Amino acid sequence: MEFFFGSFVKIVAVVAWVYGLLRVMGNSSKLVKIVGIVAMFGIVQVAILVKIGDDAILNSFDTGLLFQACTMVMVALGLNLIYGFNGQFSLGQYGFYGIGAYTAADITYRWTNGQASGLIVAGIGVVLIGAVILGLNRFLSRFRGLPVLSAFTLYLIGVIVAGVVAYYVGATIGDALTPLFGSTDAPGILRSDIALQLVFVLAVLIAGIFAAEVAFLFGLPVLTLGSDYFGIASLGFTIVVNTLMVNTDTILPFPEMKGGQGMIGIPKVTTWFWAFAFLLLVIIVMRNVIHSSTGRAIMSVREDETASKAMGINIANYKLLSFVIGSLFAGIGGGVYAHYIGFLSPGTFDFIVGFNPLIIIVFGGLGSMTGTIVAGFFWMFFLEGMLRVLLGQMGTDAPTWRYVLYPITLLLMMLLRPKGLLGKVEWGFLRPEEVTPRRTAEMLNSATGVMPTVK
Amino acid sequence: MQKANSTQRSLPAVRTSGARLAWIGRGFLIILALMALIVLVRNFINNPLLFAQIVISGLQLGFVYALIALGYTMVYGIVRLINFAHGDVFMAGAFVSYFAVTRFQLHVWPTLIDPNLPPIVITVVGSITVILLSMAVCALLAVTIERVAYKPLRNAPRIAALITAIGVSFFIEYFGALNFVFSPRFIPYQRPFEVVTWYIRDGIHLVIDGKAPPDGSITFSNIAIIIMVVSILMQLSLQFLVRRTRIGKAMRATAFDKQAAQLMGINVDRIISITFALGAALAGLGGVLYAIAYPSINTLLGVLPGLKAFVAAVMGGIGSIPGAFIGALIMGQAESLTAGYISTPMRDAIAFTILIVVLLVRPTGIFGEPEKEKA
Repeated sequence: MEFFFGSFVKIVAVVAWVYGLLRVMGNSSKLVKIVGIVAMFGIVQVAILVKIGDDAILNSFDTGLLFQACTMVMVALGLNLIYGFNGQFSLGQYGFYGIGAYTAADITYRWTNGQASGLIVAGIGVVLIGAVILGLNRFLSRFRGLPVLSAFTLYLIGVIVAGVVAYYVGATIGDALTPLFGSTDAPGILRSDIALQLVFVLAVLIAGIFAAEVAFLFGLPVLTLGSDYFGIASLGFTIVVNTLMVNTDTILPFPEMKGGQGMIGIPKVTTWFWAFAFLLLVIIVMRNVIHSSTGRAIMSVREDETASKAMGINIANYKLLSFVIGSLFAGIGGGVYAHYIGFLSPGTFDFIVGFNPLIIIVFGGLGSMTGTIVAGFFWMFFLEGMLRVLLGQMGTDAPTWRYVLYPITLLLMMLLRPKGLLGKVEWGFLRPEEVTPRRTAEMLNSATGVMPTVK
Repeated sequence: MQKANSTQRSLPAVRTSGARLAWIGRGFLIILALMALIVLVRNFINNPLLFAQIVISGLQLGFVYALIALGYTMVYGIVRLINFAHGDVFMAGAFVSYFAVTRFQLHVWPTLIDPNLPPIVITVVGSITVILLSMAVCALLAVTIERVAYKPLRNAPRIAALITAIGVSFFIEYFGALNFVFSPRFIPYQRPFEVVTWYIRDGIHLVIDGKAPPDGSITFSNIAIIIMVVSILMQLSLQFLVRRTRIGKAMRATAFDKQAAQLMGINVDRIISITFALGAALAGLGGVLYAIAYPSINTLLGVLPGLKAFVAAVMGGIGSIPGAFIGALIMGQAESLTAGYISTPMRDAIAFTILIVVLLVRPTGIFGEPEKEKA
């Protein structure tokens, strides 16, 4: 009973915390913003550090939930961008989550084992592939009505060439750096803690961008298939990624990932600071994308493809863009997750678990960022935290019972409240800027001298 | 939208036609196909017997997929819903027959009438009863699912129904996995009749238990033959039902235009229920046969076959019965050839790769007709 109330208080506190965070972020004064964000960060940090009796206010179990909630919110926000805002039903989010997790984990794993080549190869590869994709995109947009398959082939060739170049260049540079690591007895400059933190941040970003690039290659042909088929194909993507994860040591050349046994020995670098920082990054990017003209174009594709086409919106481009950004978030979330327990197993990225972000965004409301964030935290603390423990006390069936209850919740949500719990309500920071006459005048003045004439 | 198009504005004013570059994509596909062909031909020349063996196991798999795919294609043709729970109905078929056999000894019930009946009659009558029972229970299950979960959402956005379907599917799988229901373990399946295997080498011989067939022989089993015969029979009778009977006519009318069908006096709800029941009965049949062929069952049994059968139905052209059949056979071959010659774990991946390629080349599937967009 005590546990029940404790969890309940924690859930309320977390939701209130999210509300407060979004409120301070939405404040117009920069000072309040910065102080507020630091304060919101500090509150949780203090709760993790301060001990009452034997245990901290947030014990390790709760902290774990918190980190997982942060990653889950990132993944779910990405999915909400793809499905909630752009209307492309995707079941592939966990595939990109997994790609991000394994990529980031591999980079830091190799780093802690005195191998810089992982970071260098991945870094150069990501940059080169990105450059190739952007360049080709520029070049190919000259051709009107280019068949998607031809475009895909060209991109694929470009990416493979870039990847091979990155591999050879990166391996050479990486090997040259090996002496800087020193030995375990006399650690070199690259083995220091600060270097590891830096590598971790780079690894998470690289993992996110890598996931985004994979999403680009996958989405380019597959997004043209239409909603249902896209859903199935992206589910297939998750299954394929999972199959590859189980066979990382046999099909893929990564013996350190140990295939189905799971990858161990990943440095546990994720602290509350990093989880919070990346969560903040994702929220800010997401909010700014949604409230820009790009975001409005993305949403118009969801509302009516024909009408938005008539307005001059390149539908295929915006579908791809939102898919790529959504996968970027998933990849970043994966990178953060991988460094929290220091263990990755393919079972974590099973396609059946992959429905979790879908449940979260449906629960929180499709096309509502606040809903996703709150539902993500709520889901983690209520279903994963509270229910799991309570059910665990009842019997050995606990994990199964969870999966019996999720679909029932999903069904009831779909039947009774298809708009989600919070509907379209947005809190503080995430609310669109109100258009007042003064604000319009400001915007017009700041525009480059072009005064649109109203006819 | 000016900002959004700023990238396009900076482009050169003259645009060239991209259609001229279509050969790149086509060339890519041709190279892929050639590579696959080379692998197949080389392996065929190296060891034709092994190749034939793999093709036989692919046929067995493909005909089971065909049974599931028929249900998918009918349901999708009428309500435009990927019935995710269809794979779980397939699983339910296997479990019903398992309980019928182990708990109730239904496969030997003719002995109750007359113990002196010839064993072959007992086996045949008993097995057919078990299968019919499974089909009936599956049909009932599917109609219940349709009434409870899908019907209230018939006018909601299609994706809402899809999410509901995923929810139903999960619910069945994990409710079944509870310890007091079926338990999450793999359960060894007790067959209603024994599987007998023959090998072909200088004539057809029986494989004796515990003795490997000699080298250079092709083996096949009675269940493979039963699966093929039953699957073809079902396909033909379904084709007859849809093409020649009143119900079939009503089904086609509903698939073509639901509202117009309603105006013509067709009870659309009833037709949809019948479609679900028919598809589920076929899936239940497939489930029993699948469990007999691969005798180890668990509640997640239906997930992958279900998905692959759906892919097969899409590949053949969703809504088309011969299409689903051909698609399923291709899927079975692709899977067993991949498992045999490329790598076993990638057998699940190949289905989705083929789906993407087929849909890119022919968005309506192999047998699908271009249709008007329906809301």
